Amino acid sequence: MSINWFKYSSPQTFFPLAGKLALGFGVLALLACGVGLYLGFFVAPTDAQQGEAYRIIFIHVPAAWMSMFLYLVLAFWAGLGLAFNTRLSGMMASAIAPTGALFTFLALWTGSLWGKPTWGTWWVWDARLTSELILLFLYFGFMALQAAIDDPRRADKAGAVLALVGVVNIPIIYFSVKWWNTLHQGASVSLTKAPTMAATMLTGMTVMAFGFWFYSIAAALMRARCIMLERERASEWVADYARGSA
Amino acid sequence: MGKKAGTPSLEALDLHCVRGERKLFGALNFTLRGGGLLRIAGANGSGKTSLLRIACGLLEPTRGEVRWGGENIQRLQEEFWRQLVYIGHANAIKDDLTAAENLHVACTLAGVPRRPARIGEALRRLGLAGSENLPARVLSQGQRRRTALARLALSEGIPLWILDEPFAALDAAAVEDVRGLIAEHLSRGAAVILTTHLEAKITTAAALRIDLEAA
Amino acid sequence: MLAALRCVIHRDLLLAVRRSSDVLTVLLFFVIVVSLFPLGVGPDPALLRTIAPGVIWVAALLASMLALQRMFASDYADGTLEQMLLGATPLGMTVAAKVLAHWLISGLPLVLISPVLALQFDFPQELLGVLALSLALGTPVLSLIGAIGAALTLGLRGAGALLSLLVLPLYVPVLIIGAGAAEAATSGMGGHAQLLLLGALLIFAGAFAPWAAAVALRISVE
Repeated sequence: MSINWFKYSSPQTFFPLAGKLALGFGVLALLACGVGLYLGFFVAPTDAQQGEAYRIIFIHVPAAWMSMFLYLVLAFWAGLGLAFNTRLSGMMASAIAPTGALFTFLALWTGSLWGKPTWGTWWVWDARLTSELILLFLYFGFMALQAAIDDPRRADKAGAVLALVGVVNIPIIYFSVKWWNTLHQGASVSLTKAPTMAATMLTGMTVMAFGFWFYSIAAALMRARCIMLERERASEWVADYARGSA
Repeated sequence: MGKKAGTPSLEALDLHCVRGERKLFGALNFTLRGGGLLRIAGANGSGKTSLLRIACGLLEPTRGEVRWGGENIQRLQEEFWRQLVYIGHANAIKDDLTAAENLHVACTLAGVPRRPARIGEALRRLGLAGSENLPARVLSQGQRRRTALARLALSEGIPLWILDEPFAALDAAAVEDVRGLIAEHLSRGAAVILTTHLEAKITTAAALRIDLEAA
Repeated sequence: MLAALRCVIHRDLLLAVRRSSDVLTVLLFFVIVVSLFPLGVGPDPALLRTIAPGVIWVAALLASMLALQRMFASDYADGTLEQMLLGATPLGMTVAAKVLAHWLISGLPLVLISPVLALQFDFPQELLGVLALSLALGTPVLSLIGAIGAALTLGLRGAGALLSLLVLPLYVPVLIIGAGAAEAATSGMGGHAQLLLLGALLIFAGAFAPWAAAVALRISVE
């Protein structure tokens, strides 16, 4: 069991596997997203209060779920790399970050698009949207820190410390923002007061969530392959790969 | 005559060091015991400073480990550092503090606080009599280097000295002073690691030499 | 060990006294930023009274961040930081001592001058205590969290801006709760809940941040 585990812990052996997995998950992602969007835009019933505009929820909610989940995964890999000094874990964490940031941005953008027809404003200082905004800054911070450090080992370790500190802070940030939101009731409207869930709505969102998850895996693996090639460019296996004899 | 230093024993096992893109050295082994002087030679950029920093525990080797008294130094942490003096390229001197104040802070942080009289003595030994109470800002390069090295005169109880280019930027008299300090320390049964372009000319029973090739 | 910690604090305070311009500029920055807001939003007393805690807190945040640069950068540049890493006391404790000294130099003055600034906004006099206390509990947390950011960005290009990006999101809870304390006091609910929460944050940060900053320092000095 342990032999299998460590076999793929070196970039050289993981590289081809990552390629195959990325392709597989990419196809699955297309399928799942296709089904999810169909369910969301055609099958799920029109909402009594919000009309058709609510359908953006099928992208907004899964994107928000993914943004949080990916940060946890990123912190997990980064922490693993810090604790066990493995090269690949750090590369995975760096590979996940841009996808996580993308989903955070998507959640914010779709949240804004939802807000306009429903509540009349492009932005609402709702607890979840505000937390998503801060999460976006956390992702940017991670990516900016890694971009600023030339030495890849230091970049991985520093990113790991930041990601772990971020993970510890996320619950604190979320609860303080939620509290802030309830204190200043006044103009606040909550996007979390979603329409009551019909079964098809929940299925649609779940399928989309899986679709996004598969996409994230595929994208992260592809990015990880690029990072591996870049970092190990001095080694033999990369030279072989470049020559085409993989 | 100072205190007898504790019995030192530093082992490097299969050290590899890769910095950025370059592999600096690999499969490096050495054992250093009391009374032993290890001189690390090599062209600029060959990894001398990196090796010293690995021996101190500031830098983690890409592979391999360093042991003090049989135990990995990363596990020993402060226990090891209490038995080490490291004087690197940087003087570790604050410009806004006087030479005496700088030494006082250095010794206290190392766990061996010294009385002002001892500090004055150490500074005099390195030819800095009269400059003890001047802010380091107004001292010359050579004087600052001597202030940093004056710490050696206060570390007779520390079994391991690791020195990066201790003779650089010093005039002949100061070089002799430092040589004397190192020779005395070795005769106390302590261990010294240093890098230098000058020939050490320090006679000691056990002299090791490691040559690092520029990659 | 206490002797070494006292030595670190004494050293940092001495350095700050001998180079006091650094310290004063941060304080002046705080005062200027607070004064900019009425110029930006208009002098309506009711509006100013409402935004006073928020404005003072945001300015304290920004001033705190400006001061963070000083925590490790100069020690890193002249090699004294390395010696601390090789010191006889656990690095976490040394960092805690440095953070305390840093707060005494950069945070405490903000706390002391805040009542004067709050009066400029016609903040009710009897509640100045709550505002000052919220800052007194909150600014050390800012220094503690900031220490982690300062340690991570040591010696990097553009460290200043990068530090802000890293640290401001982590400051958000402190801002919300701190400003919330004074606001709650003005609406008659007393600020006790928030002050207690700040205290809890302070204890939590005090326990973990020095250790995280120590790990970050070792990574940066490599």
